[in-house]
Amino acid sequence: MRLVLRGITKRFGSVVANDSISLTVEPGEIHCLLGENGAGKSTLMNVLYGLYKADEGEIELDGEVQHFTGPGDAMAAGIGMVHQHFMLIPVFTVAENVMLGNETTGFAGTLDLEAASARVTEISERFGFHVRPDAVVEDLPVGVQQRVEIIKALSRDAELLVFDEPTAVLTPQETDELMDIMRQLREAGKAIVFITHKLREVREVADRITVIRHGKVVGEADPKASNAELASMMVGRPVELVVHKDAPTLGEDALVVRDLRVVDVAGHTQVDGISFTIRAGEVLAVAGVQGNGQTELTEALLGLQDDVSGSITLDGVELVGRTTRKILDAGVGFIPEDRQVDGLVPGFTIAENLMLNRSFRSPFVKNGSLRLGALRAFAEKKLKEYDVRARDIDSLAANLSGGNQQKVVVARELSRDLRLLVAAQPTRGVDVGSIEFIHKQIVATRDSRIPVLVVSTELDEVVALADRIMVLYRGRVVGIVPADTPRETLGLMMTGERPKDLKDVVA
Amino acid sequence: MKTPPATPEVDRAEDSGVPPERSRSVLREIVSGDALAGVLAVLLAVFVGSVMIAATDETVRETAGYLTARPSDFLTALWDAVSGAYSAMFRGAIFNYNLADPAQQWRPLTETLKFAGPLILGGLGVGLAFRAALFNIGGRGQMLIAGGAAGYVGFQLDLPTIVHLPLAIVVGMVAGALWGGIAGLLKARTGAHEVIVTIMLNYVAYYLLFWALTKDWLLKTPGSVNPKSPPMKETATLPRVLGEQFNLHLGFVLALVAVGVVWWLLNRSTLGYRIRAVGENPHAARASGINVGRTYTVVMMVAGSLLGLAGVNQVLGTVSSGVSLDLDASIGFDAITVALLGRSRPLGILAAGLLFGAFKAGGFTMQASENISVDLVLVVQSLIVLFLAAPPLVRAIFRLPAQEAK
Repeated sequence: MRLVLRGITKRFGSVVANDSISLTVEPGEIHCLLGENGAGKSTLMNVLYGLYKADEGEIELDGEVQHFTGPGDAMAAGIGMVHQHFMLIPVFTVAENVMLGNETTGFAGTLDLEAASARVTEISERFGFHVRPDAVVEDLPVGVQQRVEIIKALSRDAELLVFDEPTAVLTPQETDELMDIMRQLREAGKAIVFITHKLREVREVADRITVIRHGKVVGEADPKASNAELASMMVGRPVELVVHKDAPTLGEDALVVRDLRVVDVAGHTQVDGISFTIRAGEVLAVAGVQGNGQTELTEALLGLQDDVSGSITLDGVELVGRTTRKILDAGVGFIPEDRQVDGLVPGFTIAENLMLNRSFRSPFVKNGSLRLGALRAFAEKKLKEYDVRARDIDSLAANLSGGNQQKVVVARELSRDLRLLVAAQPTRGVDVGSIEFIHKQIVATRDSRIPVLVVSTELDEVVALADRIMVLYRGRVVGIVPADTPRETLGLMMTGERPKDLKDVVA
Repeated sequence: MKTPPATPEVDRAEDSGVPPERSRSVLREIVSGDALAGVLAVLLAVFVGSVMIAATDETVRETAGYLTARPSDFLTALWDAVSGAYSAMFRGAIFNYNLADPAQQWRPLTETLKFAGPLILGGLGVGLAFRAALFNIGGRGQMLIAGGAAGYVGFQLDLPTIVHLPLAIVVGMVAGALWGGIAGLLKARTGAHEVIVTIMLNYVAYYLLFWALTKDWLLKTPGSVNPKSPPMKETATLPRVLGEQFNLHLGFVLALVAVGVVWWLLNRSTLGYRIRAVGENPHAARASGINVGRTYTVVMMVAGSLLGLAGVNQVLGTVSSGVSLDLDASIGFDAITVALLGRSRPLGILAAGLLFGAFKAGGFTMQASENISVDLVLVVQSLIVLFLAAPPLVRAIFRLPAQEAK
């Protein structure tokens, strides 16, 4: 099926999310939509899927102009969408999910589950998905859940498939498998729109690349273009993708963790006897697939976990058993993995957010009342210093883009007198320009002889920032290896396998 | 690896004693709405109230019978009924133009202020808790306990005014604070939901006061069979501020002071900053070293002391003839409406409290002169809450643009 978008314009109030975007997708082609967060990719796809009505422009499928009033029309016309956040019902089986909204019924409205199961099996076998129709969705790994979404679209005879940031939730292995699936679908003659901001994936599978910036098509890129070329098209200026850092000047052992165990509320041991040391002026990066104890490790360091045993000492001072406030006061900076949940108060202004963990002491507090003058001056300064793009310091954090929100968090943490920085997923959901900036700040922190713990599920980020890499699997340390360890070895270690000839490095 | 795309927020909420996302977001919606929606809700409620006045009016119904023959009769009756009702309310609440004496003409306004005082205090108590994302339904209990305690001091002790009155006020506020603090402490320690706890504490307070009012050595008037305390001593009553001819007493002044104090607390103090942080995002507050549980306890204590002051206002001011079981005069619940209409902002609560005070004062006149049930005022008040809680409905009726998210 051939898709043509002509001059699509979509406005939200005064904001133009899509500015006369034109696009052609041919059958048997993987067409990448590349752009930063907030560039308007998802809005465009929601217009295509009938969720939004375009203010101007038209959608044409195989030469016929379409008028979608909702996703139902789009599905009927042969468009399938694989959303970033899956639209599946966790307690239903695969077959039940696939038939949902398109139920075939037998006598007196009984569900024809057998037909649905047969359909799932047929599609699954044709593309080698290895999905059982009677498996309950919540028991499946994320990558397989995504395949259920794909099966759901295919079961409705979709000829055009839209993947909206599909790899955000996947492990490296699952990402590779998804790439294979996309290639197979292309061979089967489907038209594919692949939305992403990850350059490596684009270069791997794309037949054609359209770059979108600020709601406009900037141009087409050659799939053979270098990462730097793609990035500069996306951002609109040259971007440094490599983090420049000098060899570390190491100091004393600063953070010493011994035999740390964390048990969560449900009684599961999430961190199972971890020991490591970070020296002053060093970045230790924690690699691993999401959910292998990283969250609990960082929360234990901040005193946010209740059931913690073992020992965490910072410059000789024991932190286990202390309250979060005391740990923060001891000089621990914390960039939490989910800024929306733990990092920011969305209804607060930028200025208010900048004093979030300093509501007890000077400089913003005097005799129980706020020193708004000092806070405002500080916020004005940090807004400039950290290049936070906002109207002013009274803008609500909720109204900032992901990158700017993260800059506010980073500014707050790095403005304190730190003795340790814990940065969990410091650039998740952050645009390329801000990633560059935040990475520089983290390296600068390390260069000022502060120990840094970075946790990231993006291997690129781990390799870029680390002086040493610690790989976690199921709450245990698989190994602590040098930063120049080959990616294949790291990938293997992330699945829990430790190469025989591996030697741990002690800083 | 088992990570269903369920709701991690809710899971996390359980382990940190933080309320689940949905009830907080509803609260946030109610609290963060704009003043315009409040004004529109009032207008809409008044309009629906007019329809009810018209529909229950004898003449209107009679003339409706021959509507097609003589529509002018019907329209005149309609106008008479509705305008009669609201002008009576105006005479009862603000300015009585039917009287000759200028001082007496303004008397209704002083009545409005008298009724508004405890509503403002109570509204502040409920609204402050709202800002920490807590539903304080326990206003009634907090008022009863505070009223009982202040009343005990008020009739039992013999002290000079300069000591007696402040002491009675403070004792009442402390009692309210402790009663409110129980709910906060239970939430902080055990995660017990404050709505259930405060509602139950209302019953406990009621029967505790009932019991105290049956004991001569506590609150009961010796020799009397009624559950009522002796009247307050002169030295413990809130003085009238505009002379003896008006009922307006110092309680309203205390309410104005409380508005200022709560405004400072919320917008300028570190405690208020932490209260707002906990209310807006308890996870981030916790990760920033703020003790969420302690904040809950403190907020509920301050809220309790404000409702306690509302109870004190009744016992030592409006009804100084003695503590009785109906001393709260449903203010504990009306306070919720006032806080909602005032969007939990101190100045908004001041305005909402004045409006409801006017409703209360005017309602009596409306009943007396137009024979319209005073319950109509209750209906209008309830409709205001209904329209406030359903902003999309109000927006749809007035064709306001929806708050579309990007």
